[in-house]
Amino acid sequence: MSYSEKTRASYRGVLQGLKDAGLFKQERFIHSPQAADIEVEFPTGASVRKVINMCANNYLGLSSHPEVVKAAHAGLESRGYGMSSVRFICGTQDIHRTLEKKVTEFLGTEDTILFPSCMDANAGVFEAILTKDDVMISDRLVHASLIDGIRLCSAMQDTYKHADMAHLEQKLEMHQNRRLRLVITDGVFSMDGDTPPLDKMVALCEKYDAMILVDESHASGFIGKTGRGTHEKYGVVGKMDVITTTFGKALGGATGGCVSGRRELVEMCRQKARPYLFSNSIAPVVVEGILKVFDILMASTERRDKLETNAAYWRKGLQEAGFVLKEGDTPIVPVMLFNAKLAGDFSRALYDEGIYAVGFFFPVVPQSQARIRTQISAGHEIHHLDKALAAFTKVGKKFDILGKTRQEIIDRFGM
Amino acid sequence: MADELKEIVLKYVTAEYLEDGADPIDADTPLISGGIVDSFSMVSLKRFLENKYKISIPDDQATPEAFDSVNKIAVLVRKFTQA
Repeated sequence: MSYSEKTRASYRGVLQGLKDAGLFKQERFIHSPQAADIEVEFPTGASVRKVINMCANNYLGLSSHPEVVKAAHAGLESRGYGMSSVRFICGTQDIHRTLEKKVTEFLGTEDTILFPSCMDANAGVFEAILTKDDVMISDRLVHASLIDGIRLCSAMQDTYKHADMAHLEQKLEMHQNRRLRLVITDGVFSMDGDTPPLDKMVALCEKYDAMILVDESHASGFIGKTGRGTHEKYGVVGKMDVITTTFGKALGGATGGCVSGRRELVEMCRQKARPYLFSNSIAPVVVEGILKVFDILMASTERRDKLETNAAYWRKGLQEAGFVLKEGDTPIVPVMLFNAKLAGDFSRALYDEGIYAVGFFFPVVPQSQARIRTQISAGHEIHHLDKALAAFTKVGKKFDILGKTRQEIIDRFGM
Repeated sequence: MADELKEIVLKYVTAEYLEDGADPIDADTPLISGGIVDSFSMVSLKRFLENKYKISIPDDQATPEAFDSVNKIAVLVRKFTQA
């Protein structure tokens, strides 16, 4: 044993530092299945209360859908609980490959490989397909998991200003001497809910002989007319070289992710991606649940259509109430409060009104960009949204921020 | 020469890294430790300096500390242009 008091004190100091800086994260315990209505214990030890969830990634309301739950039960019976092996030894069932083919069909790509999570997909994909002679050019606001994957890769790293096509073109021009170029972006940026112009990005990639990778974790299942994703929205299905996405959000919300795209790139991941080679794949019970999710989504666009209607209703309601919002047309609707303490206090006051919506502040978002990130679901009914709008308005009045501009809120509460 | 060098680097850093409407920076503003330039984005700054001044900065000297302000970058560039 070498965990001395000195070592313990050192870690305690670090944790206390996080608390002092207001950066210590505390989890709220949910005592019910994930849904629009949930039962929450907060703070820990308090009695459980029913609240409306406005901050889940459960965009399509499928996390606890009866058909998905039933399919998972059936999968548990027919294929067992665990595989006790990585894919290439004895951890591949027929349903793993069935799911890979289903994802390929849904996304309009050439092939797909499953990963334990999209975090793992993003951690493994770059080093599997690039070398030190290549360059990765990423949007400056890409998700943390892409940043970690980029760090693990020996290729040169460069960035362009968020969604700035002129800057991206400069970078593509500058890196013409590299063997391969890979442009990297999110499909929907999770903190702001905006989308990059993928059609223009594809045109630039064709002009400068570059591949494109898009992380569709906050898009797969509901962005685009039939929910295929941001590439459908911008009319470039079939032109994405790599799509990474998750099954942990709209697509059932359990676990798992994938790399989908050009056949050779997927095969490179199967041969070389370390999170794939050295970790079990998605458990059979979850695979069966995800397969049912795709059956539901490929049979009808009803759920993504309802989500679109709900999101528009919510955004309009907040605007009319006088909140400052981030522009956008996705189900991610950030209510801007700018000041970190205000975001925390606002979230707590909402909870007292029966609304669960978390405050985000630095370092998750840039300084003076604190916000409540609301996320709309097809599982919400209009009565949920009306109750949440009433609560937001009541709390907005309490803090006197309704109808106030960014500058007026900053003048009152500080950056 | 030194002032002109700093002016050029400051202009490049402003155009390359600052978002529209951001507060202006000066030659002492911390770039890396201040969160204006991240480690991924340093590569374009290094390439710009090497092309502009026809120098080669070895990777072990292109450290976050050496790139942390326009003044420090000017010191680094002068070291190689005078070498």
